[in-house]
Amino acid sequence: MRSPFYPREEALNIREAWAAWNGYKFAEYYYDAEYEYFCVRNTCGTYDICPMQKYFVQGRDAEAMLNRMVTRDISKLQLNRVTYVVWCTDEGRMVDDGTIFRLADDKYMLTCGSPCSAWLKMSAFGFTDVSVTDMTDEIAALSLQGPTSCAVLKKMGLQGIEAAKPFDIVHFPFHGESLMVSRTGFTGDLGYELWIKPELALQMWDELYAAGADYGIQPFGEAATNMARLEAGFIMPGMEFNEALKTIHFEHDQTPFELNLGWLVDFNKPHFNGRSALLKEKERGPKYTLTRLDIEGNKPAEDSYLYRNKGCTQEIGYVTSAMWSPAVKANIALAMIRTDYLQGEIWAEIYYQKELRHYSKAARCTVMKKPFWAPSRARATPPPDC
Amino acid sequence: MKKYDAIVIGAGHNGLTNAAYLAKAGLDVVVVEKNDYIGGASASREMHEGWIYSSSSYVCSMLRQALHRDLNLTKHGLILVPYLGTVNFGDDGSTLFDYPNEEAAYLELKRHSPHDADSMHRFQADLGRYAQFIRKTLLRTPPDPTSFRLRDIRELLFLGKQVWALGEKEMYEYVRFFTMSAAEFLEDYFENDLIKAAMASPGIIGTALGVYSPGSAYILLHHVMGDVDGNIGAWGLARGGMGAISAAIAGAAREHGSEIRTEAGVQQVLVENGRAVGVALESGEELYAGIVVSNLDAKRTFTKIMDRKDLPPGIYEKANNFKIRGSSGKVNIALSGLPKFTGVPDNRYIDRGGQGFTGSLETMERAYDCWKHGRWSDDPFVESVIPSAWDPTVAPAGKHWMSNFIQYCPPTLADGPWTPEKRDAFGQAVVNKIERYSPGFKDLIVHMEVRTPHEIEQEVGLTEGNIFQGELTIDQLLFNRPFPGYAQYRMPVKNLYMCGSSTHPGGGVSSACGANAAREILMDLKRPNTVPEDDFYDE
Repeated sequence: MRSPFYPREEALNIREAWAAWNGYKFAEYYYDAEYEYFCVRNTCGTYDICPMQKYFVQGRDAEAMLNRMVTRDISKLQLNRVTYVVWCTDEGRMVDDGTIFRLADDKYMLTCGSPCSAWLKMSAFGFTDVSVTDMTDEIAALSLQGPTSCAVLKKMGLQGIEAAKPFDIVHFPFHGESLMVSRTGFTGDLGYELWIKPELALQMWDELYAAGADYGIQPFGEAATNMARLEAGFIMPGMEFNEALKTIHFEHDQTPFELNLGWLVDFNKPHFNGRSALLKEKERGPKYTLTRLDIEGNKPAEDSYLYRNKGCTQEIGYVTSAMWSPAVKANIALAMIRTDYLQGEIWAEIYYQKELRHYSKAARCTVMKKPFWAPSRARATPPPDC
Repeated sequence: MKKYDAIVIGAGHNGLTNAAYLAKAGLDVVVVEKNDYIGGASASREMHEGWIYSSSSYVCSMLRQALHRDLNLTKHGLILVPYLGTVNFGDDGSTLFDYPNEEAAYLELKRHSPHDADSMHRFQADLGRYAQFIRKTLLRTPPDPTSFRLRDIRELLFLGKQVWALGEKEMYEYVRFFTMSAAEFLEDYFENDLIKAAMASPGIIGTALGVYSPGSAYILLHHVMGDVDGNIGAWGLARGGMGAISAAIAGAAREHGSEIRTEAGVQQVLVENGRAVGVALESGEELYAGIVVSNLDAKRTFTKIMDRKDLPPGIYEKANNFKIRGSSGKVNIALSGLPKFTGVPDNRYIDRGGQGFTGSLETMERAYDCWKHGRWSDDPFVESVIPSAWDPTVAPAGKHWMSNFIQYCPPTLADGPWTPEKRDAFGQAVVNKIERYSPGFKDLIVHMEVRTPHEIEQEVGLTEGNIFQGELTIDQLLFNRPFPGYAQYRMPVKNLYMCGSSTHPGGGVSSACGANAAREILMDLKRPNTVPEDDFYDE
């Protein structure tokens, strides 16, 4: 399948670096992954999120149904606001994460990385007035991320966009239709997501790129996204967590507490899926905890085991994602570490290659309390122009 | 009266780095700077409303990652962005593009010469081997080869081990390399004139040597041994201009408690009983400290701000004869739009970024001849970059600024000193050269700042406007920098140190000199070391 933006993306993907996501032909990168990453940190870039799954959940019971499904209290979500959510199995293992948009009193949009129709259908069971519609192919969506993104939208004519706060939704008239803009993203930087009818997708792309010409606009692919999200400390399915419904081995999936997402679990709201298991998990404490690490040296700790000691004999966890961060100039990683070993020394056994020969070394790790990358512009309203 | 632990003279990037590390060790430090802005030659200045020029240095590759990380410069606002796409223009109108992608770069070389495209692999490997050796010495204090101190012997052994690891054949090559000219070195690899010229150009930047002068091969290496995020030889832009580097280091220095005073030029270093005890400012104010660190070049330090009678015999002469020849100019231009260059396709990835108005080896050598005769060339070598094509913070949206570095520009002219008229005529020669490759370029010019060695010396304080604080020739490198016997940052007067690019490892915005000097100072003060010992390339 091809995204409605494909004709423009194809022209710009001069390396023909294509991957796939949910059946869509999807750019790994366009010219140079690191360059595209720097556009996100220095100017702005667009990321095609058409393959992301989008569902409308509507009806008088929509709120109750979603509240029953996800761990966060959706009744607190105001009109034209977005919230980040996770949902779990009865065992409290994470099925997926995503965002919920409140589009009207009784209308929500749920977005997530993997198809979720079956789980939504199951979750709607027992609710009388709720309908779930897969809108994935009916809405074209483009993420615009980076320090000049607000300036570009202003130049494009979206008056008042600078007043939108993080997680706000704003609508603008666009060639007889509505262009929905949310101040959301997956890069930890200033950014927006644009939602439009597929028929107007190319029109929107062209106007956006015309406005962005003087602001360094550039499409970016999966590679740059993965770099940016890791710096922001965001989790990825298949990296930090294994979706529960796709997990074969016992407890090779994760709980929100293990992923350091305990703040998303609200025990004060009405019953929700996985509640009792999660309550137990909270009391007991998670076996593993997702941890941000700053690792000495410059060799990415990809696929590394973590140890208590420099001699690398007492294993305490494993790295889930690792990279050299060009912005922070640090060797960063997300890792699952046995919670009872979080205090004290942590060593990564790093494997690397030098002209065909394999090497390994132990590198000291420091636990980072805050995200590696969290610029003030990402929170500022109005945000700066560059 | 207040007495500081240390006074650092000059708020260039090395002075600030030195102050940051001394302050981090708990010393009470003040940096005194003659200008009303910090940064020295690593500064961002709004010379025309809305345009921020990196007045002097303009790209960054050598800044030690270990220091960036250790001082947390990102937290203090520093982002280094690699830029793509450099194009070299030949005398005959031919173009040579440099791409970050290996295959694309190979195909482009092959377009000019299949032989050279293949040779490039061997060239890169050889250069990589030499660079690896030098890189390991950057964050280390050079050993004194005549000393029997344990530390010097250990460091000499370290150097010896690195040389030995090159292998027998390469040891010979290495010695040759240090003394060769860039052009001769390149003859071993390439046949195409434009490729040779493009590869030779880093060998003359900032130095009063020609492409055929012995020693220029090392300068070439000095310019390609840096990296951006492990991409050896890559160059980056500091977001917000080169001043962002100084501002970030100053942020780190202040965070650790250092004071930074601008408009506080030093008149003289105060010496009592053979020990530096403080400085007298131009304002007449005197500051006292346990130690004094000069970030000024060696010549300026010993001949301008020290009393000759405070120096041991011979030092004044050594400093006076220190090879620090002005040879470069800089023209900063504000543009109303992005210039178009003949022969450069309309491509978002390559029609911006870097331009090398290289010409040929012959043209570069002729330009050097002009320098020798105290003239500027009407056909100079110009290395340009348009930072605004990548950095949205340095010019209004849709407008641009172009940094043009010119080799050569004499420190004094055969027909008398620089005057504003001559300076402008020099600037015009540069603009004329660019116009040849970019018809209509002149119409885009909104504002222009022309800097000859005279302006650079007057504003930045570099003797003769030499960008390296002294030539990077083998007689002035490693344990000979700045003078034999004084390469370990300690100067001939007790409690006086140097931390600028006149010391090892020399010029370039590396911060290594300032950091290395701090390590030596802390050792003398018997304080715990706060300076990272090794860079990342130890494996």
